[in-house]
Amino acid sequence: MHKTWLIIKREFSTRVRKKSFIIMTILGPILSAAIFILPAYLATLPEDNRVITVLDEPGMMDLDKGKENLKFRYLPPKEFDLEKAKEFFEKGDDYALLYIPASSNNDPDIMTYGSKLFCKSDISLGVEAYVQGKLDKYIQNEKLKAQGVDPDVLARTKTRVKLSVINLEKGKETESLSAVKMGIGYVSAFLIYFFVFVYGAQVMRGVIEEKTSRIVEVMVSTVKPFQLMAGKIFGLAGVALLQFLVWVVFGIAFYSAALSFILVPKLDAAKLTPTNVSTIDQDIIFRVFETIDAINFPYIIGCFLFFFLFGYLLYAAMFAAIGSAVDKESDTQQFMFPVSMPLVAGLIVLIRALDNPDGPIAFWFSVIPFTSPIVMMARVPFNVPIWELVVSMLTLLATFVGMMWVAGRIYRTGILMYGKKPKFKELLKWITYKS
Amino acid sequence: MSILSVQEVSKYYRKHRALHKVSLEVEQGATFGLLGPNGAGKTSLIRIINQITAPDSGSVLLKGKALKPNDVALIGYLPEERGLYPKMKVGEQLLYLAQLRNLSKHDAKTKVKYWMQRFEVEAWVDKNVEELSKGMAQKIQFIATVIHQPELLILDEPFTGFDPINTNLIKSEILKLRDDGATIIFSTHRMESVEEICDEIALINQGEKILSGKLQDIKHDYKSNVFVANLHNSTELQNLKAATIISQEKSKNNLKLKLRLNTSNSNALALELMEYGVLNSFSEELPSLNEIFIKKVQN
Repeated sequence: MHKTWLIIKREFSTRVRKKSFIIMTILGPILSAAIFILPAYLATLPEDNRVITVLDEPGMMDLDKGKENLKFRYLPPKEFDLEKAKEFFEKGDDYALLYIPASSNNDPDIMTYGSKLFCKSDISLGVEAYVQGKLDKYIQNEKLKAQGVDPDVLARTKTRVKLSVINLEKGKETESLSAVKMGIGYVSAFLIYFFVFVYGAQVMRGVIEEKTSRIVEVMVSTVKPFQLMAGKIFGLAGVALLQFLVWVVFGIAFYSAALSFILVPKLDAAKLTPTNVSTIDQDIIFRVFETIDAINFPYIIGCFLFFFLFGYLLYAAMFAAIGSAVDKESDTQQFMFPVSMPLVAGLIVLIRALDNPDGPIAFWFSVIPFTSPIVMMARVPFNVPIWELVVSMLTLLATFVGMMWVAGRIYRTGILMYGKKPKFKELLKWITYKS
Repeated sequence: MSILSVQEVSKYYRKHRALHKVSLEVEQGATFGLLGPNGAGKTSLIRIINQITAPDSGSVLLKGKALKPNDVALIGYLPEERGLYPKMKVGEQLLYLAQLRNLSKHDAKTKVKYWMQRFEVEAWVDKNVEELSKGMAQKIQFIATVIHQPELLILDEPFTGFDPINTNLIKSEILKLRDDGATIIFSTHRMESVEEICDEIALINQGEKILSGKLQDIKHDYKSNVFVANLHNSTELQNLKAATIISQEKSKNNLKLKLRLNTSNSNALALELMEYGVLNSFSEELPSLNEIFIKKVQN
């Protein structure tokens, strides 16, 4: 036990001091935070002030002023035709020229097809979309007028339903926001997939390194091969947990920052305006934070840590066995395929499971131990029946113990074999070898 | 008293017979040569002694008791396939390996310091192993083998890969350890390389022990009564009463003779030779281990 502990300590300390680990651990969350923060930050940057020259021959746009950074400048249709307007636009500094032709018979479709936007270089998509939106709106108004409908009446009758979905389970009413739960399920399942692959491969590489550097015979004359294998697997589990923990701390910091920067100002704004003119956007943000508050995080994190750890351990044992059987990494291909198949299958089923967490596919794949760490994590945020969770956990635990035994038998034969590339069948034979 | 006793050990790998009823006794303080060609079963036997694998039948006793896991602390093993963690610092690596052999952290530190000073390699303590030259790494490897002061040192092909300077250094270190009371087992297929240091040997071929005992006794048993003599200022000889002439070689002032003794008395031959000139040297030529081995296998 003392020796296994020494091995665990070595595996842990040599790896966490590696530059690649430090960079990944710190850069990982910063990069993923940047993916969220950067677009939001860019959106708050002031845009260039732009002016669009408009030649509105039918006077359809009611001299609409545009918006803060995008103003419309109207040319009097009596003095300008399209040629003159173009000349004016070319001399000036305006961003674009919008031309709306008059129709002789008041057919709004003439405006639809005839309107043109001239520019000097490529135009920003945002501007194009804005102008198009404006045209849609005003041409629609024209069409309504032609049909004898007052656009004001239509505006007043416009309705937007906000359906509140309430989850009645467990006797307490919680506002259900499946999207948030799906998000949590997806992220945690994907994290498990990621960690299993990255750290499983590291176990394998570590075993191959011991073989190729020929330290392994010195080691197994000192400790049992099983201790050496277990030490490596558990040492790397510690590294993975540390990295995850650092990421969680970053995540919490990021969440609280988001809370104070996004939610608090909006709450204040809501208090200041009792008439409650909050837009739909703000409403969704409120409800996301509300749902996050309602979610049982200790439960989810507990489940996550379990599936994270044992999912990794199960696969790490298999990866260790593969590493022991080969001399170099390029020989691992034939074994990697059957081992990574269930992981990839788990990822595919994950989407189905998020969509229908109580369906038979989700159920079976969350009990089968090779896919359960991924698929069960997709289901956990959606109140899985306890017995299903327990069955899944126990199956995983038992499979892990069995797999450690099998891997240990392959490992102890494999690490002392050099030269020939074994076939899958031989690996299975090694399991039954006497020591 | 024998420190290691191998009793009828057999090991089979599927159809391949690695060891068949091999028995050995290694005396405390002996320098023992485990000899045989490649694939004879030496490494299989050593792996069993080191508890890397278990025998299919038979037993191994260390100091009269069956092997147990903690015995690794009594054995220092330098395998034929040897290496170190390339990305680990020399000092940390030695510390780690010493602790794995049951040394406390404090003792391990003291030992690492002592051995690094003894080999004059203190300056490498913070270097990664991959930065070391092959010769440097070999020294570290040797330190790793002996750092826990093992009573039994098992060296599998110890001199392959070592340059001549390191070979001599390691040889003299091994002899020092022997003088301090350690028992040493050399395993090698290059029999001439251990002839001068081993006092006992066992010859293994195709998984079976074919010969064992004190080196001098074995050589005596296999001697073929061949003598080499150098006569000063003599002409070539026609024939001798006491011996048959195998060959003779005349140089400026010297006649070198290779003779096979006909009687059991070498004095008679010496006296007869003196009649032909001044006898500068006269010695019996003992067979080399290689010759003994070939003879034994061919029989």
